[in-house]
Amino acid sequence: MRYLPQTKKNREEMLAAIGVKSVRELYRDVPQAAFIDGLAKIPMHKGELEIEHILSGYANENHAAGEGPFFLGAGCYNHHVPASVDYIIQRSEFLTAYTPYQPEIAQGTLTAVFEFQTFIAQLTGQDIANASMYDGATACVEAALMAMRITGRHKVAIGNELHPHYRDVMDSYMKNHPDVSITSGKPDGESACVVIQSPDFFGKPHAYEEWRKVCDETGAMLIVVINEIVSLGMLPAPSLADIVCGEAQSVGVAMSFGGPHIGFFACKEQFVRQMPGRLVGQTVDADGKRGFVLTLNTREQHIRREKATSNICTNQGLMALAFTVHMSLLGEGGFKTLAQLNHEKACELADAVSKVKGVAIENETFFNEFVVTLPVPADKAVEFMAEEGIIAGLPLDGNRLLMAATEVTSDEDIKILCWALGELNESGEV
Amino acid sequence: MIAELKMDQAMSEQQNDFGDGNVGLHYEESLLWEKEAGDHPGVDLPTPKGLKSRTGVAARGEIGLPQVSEPTVVRHFVRLSTWNYSIDSGFFPLGSCTMKHNPRLNEKVARFAGFGNIHPMQPESTIQGALRVMHELQGILGELTGLPGVCLSPAAGAHGELAGLMTIRRAHELKGNAHKTVILTPDSSHGTNPATAAMCGYTLRVIPTKETGRMTVEAFKEALGDGHDVAGMMVTNPNTCGLFESEILPIVDLLHKAGGYFYCDGANFNALVGTIRPADFGVDVMHINLHKTFSTPHGGGGPGSGPICVTEELAPYMPVPTVVKTKDGFHLETEDDRPTTLGRLKGFNGQFGMHVRALTYIMSHGADGLKQVSEDAVLNANYILSQLKGDYSVPFEGPCMHECLLTEKSLKENGVTTLDVAKTLVENGIHPMTVYFPLVVQGAMLIEPTETESKETLDRFIKVMKWIAAEAKAGRGSVLHENPKSTPRRRLDEVKAAREPKLRWKKSN
Repeated sequence: MRYLPQTKKNREEMLAAIGVKSVRELYRDVPQAAFIDGLAKIPMHKGELEIEHILSGYANENHAAGEGPFFLGAGCYNHHVPASVDYIIQRSEFLTAYTPYQPEIAQGTLTAVFEFQTFIAQLTGQDIANASMYDGATACVEAALMAMRITGRHKVAIGNELHPHYRDVMDSYMKNHPDVSITSGKPDGESACVVIQSPDFFGKPHAYEEWRKVCDETGAMLIVVINEIVSLGMLPAPSLADIVCGEAQSVGVAMSFGGPHIGFFACKEQFVRQMPGRLVGQTVDADGKRGFVLTLNTREQHIRREKATSNICTNQGLMALAFTVHMSLLGEGGFKTLAQLNHEKACELADAVSKVKGVAIENETFFNEFVVTLPVPADKAVEFMAEEGIIAGLPLDGNRLLMAATEVTSDEDIKILCWALGELNESGEV
Repeated sequence: MIAELKMDQAMSEQQNDFGDGNVGLHYEESLLWEKEAGDHPGVDLPTPKGLKSRTGVAARGEIGLPQVSEPTVVRHFVRLSTWNYSIDSGFFPLGSCTMKHNPRLNEKVARFAGFGNIHPMQPESTIQGALRVMHELQGILGELTGLPGVCLSPAAGAHGELAGLMTIRRAHELKGNAHKTVILTPDSSHGTNPATAAMCGYTLRVIPTKETGRMTVEAFKEALGDGHDVAGMMVTNPNTCGLFESEILPIVDLLHKAGGYFYCDGANFNALVGTIRPADFGVDVMHINLHKTFSTPHGGGGPGSGPICVTEELAPYMPVPTVVKTKDGFHLETEDDRPTTLGRLKGFNGQFGMHVRALTYIMSHGADGLKQVSEDAVLNANYILSQLKGDYSVPFEGPCMHECLLTEKSLKENGVTTLDVAKTLVENGIHPMTVYFPLVVQGAMLIEPTETESKETLDRFIKVMKWIAAEAKAGRGSVLHENPKSTPRRRLDEVKAAREPKLRWKKSN
């Protein structure tokens, strides 16, 4: 009851002022049958101490990344977050603010989003970016829908190894449009777009020149998906793309069992009016001072209703702030160093595991993630390693395992992993 | 430098004006790109070893990012934060948005390492506690709504709407009702409703509500027609005028007889939680905004979280993943386990951090507290309505539910608009109500106080509102046009922002 400030006396006074005897009278339009007569499954209220005790018990049933060697990536990465990031995003003024519809008293959020848009545009080599999306997978399908709106075409080509969840989300959304088909490989003259992930789901970085050429020949739009945004500190900017979207969780945002993360969406300026999601723009106030507002909202659902570019209303505001604070701390030098550290850790991991008998690296090229083949089925190996306190990676088909390293990975982690991989090999079974 | 300033007579006469706009507790702040670049960034990282690149592609050139120290970054964002209004600092009666107190306990629990630092694709044996959280929340939302099928994955309210309508679509499809392609929705609905229906490939037919603010059986019948093409109805209840749809039972009866499903937009669940069970007024599918009813923070525009609750009949069709309890423990159900599903609508498992916060909040209130939540929310809104109905136009007769609707009608003759009311509230330290929504009345002011406000807070709001109405009546409305005056920025030129879009920092800006 600690969250309820009304007193018994005040409730009575207020009822009298309204002119009713009980709150129940205010519910007079509600059918009798709909009133709840008891909630059997929900216990009575509890204090902080009791709740912390219960829920820390649940938390302790999980194996957290910090508890042992950790090599799982696959679109969600275990990076270090500087202490000041979480401090800033827990400031009441950011944490408990609403969407900045009243710009005079929301310049803090609006300015930070404007900086977020600038960071994303710079990193992706695009002209503009929006205020963020739910996550990488939904950003990816929104990009395909946008390409369909612009080109008036109804085919979507998936050019390379796209994250399976991104592909699943694409399939589900497109069920709403029976005239849309999803193809694999190069786009043709009927394709609205081709979707290229880099590094792809198996960790291989891609260059964009060839894809740009195919797109120019077919009239398809080039959509680049990035789900390890740290890679952009080392890999070339996808500036040849028409739309770049993906996941930015790696900078500033905890893994948190898959969410809240932070989808991003950037594109060329000419497409701005077809973009989904919120946008913050610069303007001036009545005194001529620089300020920021939500803008170009004639694209959005609250104005356009069924003719909107998307039904999206919410962005991932607080996560966008976390990203922006972490990017500000990293800066040009720190961001590039971080990317290099990730790559070097992955190189060391690759060298170490390929020395284990029966283990081979599939990738010739990678950023911080790659596929290895094991001497045993990967799903069984992952279970075995989990019992040893090692989160080894994501089992793919058969003996293939997807592994990632980040700046958090230690030499000791790699040593323990190689020992466990050796155990797999020697026993010949798991 | 100090000596120089002392010498400057003009400067000393202006005391507070050093050309930077900093006065008292107000600090101006430049953008990161406008600050002097430092020698090193705001993090200390190990020095790379210089290993040869194995990326197989060209190296990244200069990006153009700013580079500043940690104190510069911290001060930058703390200063920006002081330009924001927040629920922690003041009253936020934003209709349909449920800006209630956001308990810090929820933040603490979500940051336990066993919740914050786990990966969504870890082996299930290592994430049983996380699945337990999701399973418990599913059960509780199922009980509160009376709709036992619960999927937590939608990322926000509009995403929940999409998930809900796609569940309906999938059910019709598998039952051979592909000819059902129309969604009925009242003209007072949230903009996301028609936008979602359009995204699902549905056609809209609008139910007019203009006269009473509610749907009538007659108007519904007309929109329904013979109903053969009607897939479902999207209605917010209580509706966006803050009223409970008094004819909902006969309307839903007609809808169900025509083979349509009732999608209830759960934006206004705070009026019902713990007191009214939506399944018992005919709801088939409903999304719940965890960031409204269950107090997960709005964060300046997100993250939201919009789980859906559906009837047993529709449960096979809802999205994956959902958590089920098996003899071996909790399991994330996928398309392989439930082939009738419409599929996946989001990467991974939804906004899990918000699931943890919502469960924490529900445990804090318990069944007894949740009932009090909706009752106090309804009481507070009706109290405001009772005190302001003499000063402002009330378009529809009450009682209202958890929010009340006023309009500018009686102020208009004195040249005062809803916008003036909003900006004058800002000037007086109160966040405005929702303005110009719903669209069914002119100059709407939708006021949702929530249960976490005391009578003292409500009385101050009422006092300010009465004063504004009195100023308008006395013909002093022109003064109100100037508001706000004491905020970090005054009224902003939104037309300029849209006509000359500057959506990122550039040197030339």
